[in-house]
Amino acid sequence: MENHYFVDSDKLSEAALKKKHMLETDPSSRTNHMEYMEGMERIKSDIMYKVMTEMKNYDYSQYTARDVNAALNHETCTVEDFKALLSPAAEPFLERMAQKAKLETQKHFGNTVYLFTPLYIANYCENYCVYCGFNCYNDIKRMKLNMEQIEHEMKVIADSGMEEILILTGESRAQSSVEYIGEACKLARKYFRMVGIEVYPLNTDEYKYLHECGVDYVTVFQETYDSDRYEQLHLMGHKRVWPYRFEAQERALMGGMRGIACSALLGLSDFRKDALASALHVYFLQRKYPQAEISLSCPRLRPIINNDEINPLDVHEKQLCQILCAYRIFLPFCGITVSSRESESFRNGIVKIAATKVSAGVSTGIGDHESKYTGKESEAAEGDEQFEINDSRSFDKMYKDMSSEGLQPVLNDYLYV
Amino acid sequence: MKEDKLIIGGHEFSSRFILGSGKYSLSLIEAAVKYAGAEIITLAVRRTNSKEHENILDYIPKGVTLLPNTSGARNADEAVRIARLARELGCGDFVKIEIMRDTKYLLPDNQETVRATEILAKEGFVVMPYMYPDLNTARDLVNAGAASVMPLASPIGSNKGLATKDFIQILIDEIDLPIIVDAGIGRPSQACEAMEMGAAAVMSNTALATAGDLPVMAEAFKQAIEAGRKAYLSGLGRVLTRGAAPSDTLTGFLHD
Repeated sequence: MENHYFVDSDKLSEAALKKKHMLETDPSSRTNHMEYMEGMERIKSDIMYKVMTEMKNYDYSQYTARDVNAALNHETCTVEDFKALLSPAAEPFLERMAQKAKLETQKHFGNTVYLFTPLYIANYCENYCVYCGFNCYNDIKRMKLNMEQIEHEMKVIADSGMEEILILTGESRAQSSVEYIGEACKLARKYFRMVGIEVYPLNTDEYKYLHECGVDYVTVFQETYDSDRYEQLHLMGHKRVWPYRFEAQERALMGGMRGIACSALLGLSDFRKDALASALHVYFLQRKYPQAEISLSCPRLRPIINNDEINPLDVHEKQLCQILCAYRIFLPFCGITVSSRESESFRNGIVKIAATKVSAGVSTGIGDHESKYTGKESEAAEGDEQFEINDSRSFDKMYKDMSSEGLQPVLNDYLYV
Repeated sequence: MKEDKLIIGGHEFSSRFILGSGKYSLSLIEAAVKYAGAEIITLAVRRTNSKEHENILDYIPKGVTLLPNTSGARNADEAVRIARLARELGCGDFVKIEIMRDTKYLLPDNQETVRATEILAKEGFVVMPYMYPDLNTARDLVNAGAASVMPLASPIGSNKGLATKDFIQILIDEIDLPIIVDAGIGRPSQACEAMEMGAAAVMSNTALATAGDLPVMAEAFKQAIEAGRKAYLSGLGRVLTRGAAPSDTLTGFLHD
């Protein structure tokens, strides 16, 4: 089964359509995705090589129930054990994996669950990533908030009680410059205790600048660790450069950031290989930067505006749960975030097993927090959403629900020092 | 037996059970304190909220001494800043120094801990450093002005008990400050054992948070700690652990 990603808008000019179709059908019209573009920093690191070697050699079909059993009985989970836990042979062991994962989560995090919310400040994008609602050929309402609007959004969110915010933009340096992001982060520091960003990959000195603006956490999703598949999905723009993206977290840590998050977008490629690579990416980063706070996300593909058929293919809730349990057993100390792409019932269940952080009061649109939080008609324009969310619980509702699940919601675990 | 008090930095306590607070529901803190009979409770400064929402500070019963910790600090300078912030927040003068530059095992950085202790002791804090049980570091901490020394029993959250038992015993034997066993104590029996060895107090968090019934477990710890303390005071000593006293003396032949 495949997703049908290509959608033509009737608003595109003939020339634009021609270019779009050429990118989609003629690989030779596309740039070399392994080649750094001008201005992209190269760092010395062997992490990419290590992750890719493990991923390439991973044949999950060779693992048996015996391997899985052994992995579950081991006190510490080796890379080999982790591979067994991710394999199809582990599927019948899901309940046992969940039991073990729960113990590990409790040891390291007790009965706590962290809450945060994302804030999209712009949805302009220069890339053609075929599965993304923000892609430059998709006909959506584009918008970029000015500082006054950003501050207004932040006030609305802060009033709800939230202490941690994740600031996102579409990937456009031209529309959302580093300085623009930096100014937004300085504002965020006024209203929130923890500020993270999920923006296009940057150079070390730019991460350093944003750290000085108050940012401490950097999330970059690799989308897929299979570079050949990546090439077929990211047809144009800076985002097309796969290795520069891979090294973003390491540059962020070199720039003084406190923590990083990695992830693949499950459903784009072979999910078992992508899950292996995601976890090994943070595993090797933590070995090289032991002070870094690391976390993993596990987003699955969701429908977007103008294409409601996009779905996570063979990554069903069961498989997602297996991946998350395996992550937890392999990396007991790692933060695991489960976003509003997942349903209320899944999130209620998984926080008791493996996840340590959930978003609440989520909008993936631009400038619409007031209307979404208060129901008040917005007078200003709003920008369209990146994808459809699945769990629309407000901050208050999430706080109450987590409490009634027996968990202590934590709003803040950080001091900017 | 004369009254048995735990004295830390000139402050007297009757309870020898220090409670952690970061891993379970805020609503359970009051019951935990009550059943544990605890007089000191730790608090992660980084967990305090800036907004009008459920705040951990509101859940600490009156009369309990707050022991703010510097978790999240990666070096001495960060720990010092967090300690000062705790004082500004009205958390008092006690501070538990936690400095980690390893997010996997959360093992304390002894060298930086000594440095932070020195700075904060000079500023009048009652400094209680969390450390890896090393005698030389413990002596440095004494010289730096620490009010107690808090060696780890095993990695934090592991519930593995006294993995560093022999080294903690050395600290108990050689250091004149209260030795408070922190981290890794997973069961009341382990807490009891630490107290039998002569530890001045025990701190626990995860063991309670992961228990089926937190208040009952808190009480079990309280009783175990009291039992261990009594055994220590009764003169259990370490000799018995090396075998019973022989009935015939070995030196009876000496006449001069």
